[in-house]
Amino acid sequence: MSASVTAAPAGLAGWTHRWLDALPAPAGALAPVQERGRRALAELPPPSSRQEDWRFTDLGLLLQLPLGSATPAAAAVEPFAAAASATTAAVGPSPVVLRLQLDGRLDPLADLTLPPGLMALSPGEIAQALGHTLAATGCERHWPVELNHAAAERVLALRVASRSAVRLELLSSGPAPLRLLLVLEEKAELELSQLLHADAPGLTSLVMEAHLGRGARLRHGLVARGHDGAALLGHLAIEQEPESELQLTAVSAGWGLARLEPRVLQVDGQASSTLRGLQLVQGRQIADTHSHIRFNGPEGQLDQLHKAVASGQGRSVFNGAVRVPRAAQRTNAAQLSRSLLLSDRARIDTKPELEIVADDVKCAHGATVSSLQTDELFYLQSRGIDADQAAQLLQRAFCEEVLRDLPAAARAWCPLEGLQLVSEPA
Amino acid sequence: MIRPEAPVLLEIRDLHARVEDKAILKGVNLTIRAGEIHAVMGRNGSGKSTLSKVLAGHPAYSVTAGSVSYRGENLLEMEPEQRARLGVFLGFQYPVEIPGVSNLEFLRVATNARRAEQGHEELDTFAFEDLVRERLQVVQMDPAFLDRSVNEGFSGGEKKRNEILQMALLEPLVAILDETDSGLDIDALRIVAGGVNQLAGPDNATLLITHYQRLLDAITPDYVHVMAAGRILRTGDKELALELEQRGYDWVDQELAALDAAARQPLEVA
Repeated sequence: MSASVTAAPAGLAGWTHRWLDALPAPAGALAPVQERGRRALAELPPPSSRQEDWRFTDLGLLLQLPLGSATPAAAAVEPFAAAASATTAAVGPSPVVLRLQLDGRLDPLADLTLPPGLMALSPGEIAQALGHTLAATGCERHWPVELNHAAAERVLALRVASRSAVRLELLSSGPAPLRLLLVLEEKAELELSQLLHADAPGLTSLVMEAHLGRGARLRHGLVARGHDGAALLGHLAIEQEPESELQLTAVSAGWGLARLEPRVLQVDGQASSTLRGLQLVQGRQIADTHSHIRFNGPEGQLDQLHKAVASGQGRSVFNGAVRVPRAAQRTNAAQLSRSLLLSDRARIDTKPELEIVADDVKCAHGATVSSLQTDELFYLQSRGIDADQAAQLLQRAFCEEVLRDLPAAARAWCPLEGLQLVSEPA
Repeated sequence: MIRPEAPVLLEIRDLHARVEDKAILKGVNLTIRAGEIHAVMGRNGSGKSTLSKVLAGHPAYSVTAGSVSYRGENLLEMEPEQRARLGVFLGFQYPVEIPGVSNLEFLRVATNARRAEQGHEELDTFAFEDLVRERLQVVQMDPAFLDRSVNEGFSGGEKKRNEILQMALLEPLVAILDETDSGLDIDALRIVAGGVNQLAGPDNATLLITHYQRLLDAITPDYVHVMAAGRILRTGDKELALELEQRGYDWVDQELAALDAAARQPLEVA
């Protein structure tokens, strides 16, 4: 049952105004965007449980966040203090690795020489490209996006040159509005490992736009490790030209509230999209993934697996929209949602949302919700492995199916022990 | 190997057990001493597999009467993992597939749990690899199976070999093998039985649960027990298994009917 809708619309609308008032005056390269975002946000009704897209997701946590948190205190937090912005020269044939610390304020590219194949977009190019993919994927007016518009002072805007291969690592700690714009030229390759980390109350807002040129490949691993008092609102908007390949793996754990919206548009079909998601909730945490994939041409491919583990009184929401209009003949799409329910007080809502107009397509979808299997537990116990450890092994195995698809750097940021898996008696 | 003076490892007395609301075991008596190989035979539904699961501590089965002592301790009070650590091993009729858990990791964790109980030091990944490669030879198993998930996509024969591999690593004192022969072709049966024979020794005991004589051609039992309606109806030596093979189980039904007609008397067990 839709239990506690503590975020009455009036409450959230009031919070939005207070939050806007606490923002510093528009500044930086994105000042015009900030101004537009603030105006839009003042008008836009905030999400409420009466809207289908927000039906199960209580934003009440936002009301408790400290205002003015768009200004982070310090940049690097403990575990990543050593990860100062630095380039690491590549050895042998492996692509160059660039590791950047993002805090939403300082210029991560200052005093840096970018590796070959990677360029910063010019202000003119940014002005032209910024917002294009958000509009194309239909989310430029979304409330969390406007929130980012209103607050973000800068954008990390990078281009990967045609036929170049680049590895990028982005680390963020603490609350911040983060904005990314990535342009992959024809046959460019980018492996992006991204860590969002929060260990205190605050709002992390992420808006990423990526444009994949013909034959380009983006492998994006996003690891978001949060805090009971922290909220994450993220939009990942990606446009794919034909023959491009997207592999997006997003893992979130530990956030009081996490809402991720991967939005993919295959502009002319004929591209390949592989989406992997894993979200873990315990205590009273909420994690919500709303994915949206649209094929605007024929012969597009989608392989999507979304997994959730819910314990305590945690709540997990997945909504997987797939749009296959008439132009998208011979689309081959498969979506699977698998959830592990570890407590009778936790709640999982999962919903595929397929809209298929084209008649010659393969679109499969499925959803399962289960608890740990008694027979599997007993088998492990009968070999001397105690019940808790057996439960941990099985939960790890469940998560591993998604984690193994992360790029190596991102994989290292989410040790399974750190995922705070909790077992409870069945 | 029957030695009357050998220590008793497992002593089952008047064991009654049920699953959900159905009584399955109705007074099982069985004494197993070190060095012995016992075979329990019987039709489907006679309670053979239930007996094995009760001994291993499967949560779906509840004991309603009787006792089981393992080396003088009350086995029924122990958690399944404690039984395993102390040396009780169940070879599953249907080994469970666990996608995502590496077989090698699983074997190592299990082996170390048993070793800790025995007061041996934990084996690190390197030391364990050496041990497991040596024990693989017991069942002539391809090391490639170590890198896969536990039993995932294994054939029937490979699963059973993996069971015997676990037995070789855990070195149990009482190994209960539940229809280890089912689903095996002749070659796999020979390999699995060979593994069991290698592992059987004067200090441990084996309880084979089977339908068929053919396993007992490869592993010679000291005792053969015929189970029916939740009890051990008759006990003999390996000749009894041959008799069953020739006469089928019909006489068991007759004997059971006669038994029901007469006043119930506890059966004397070897």
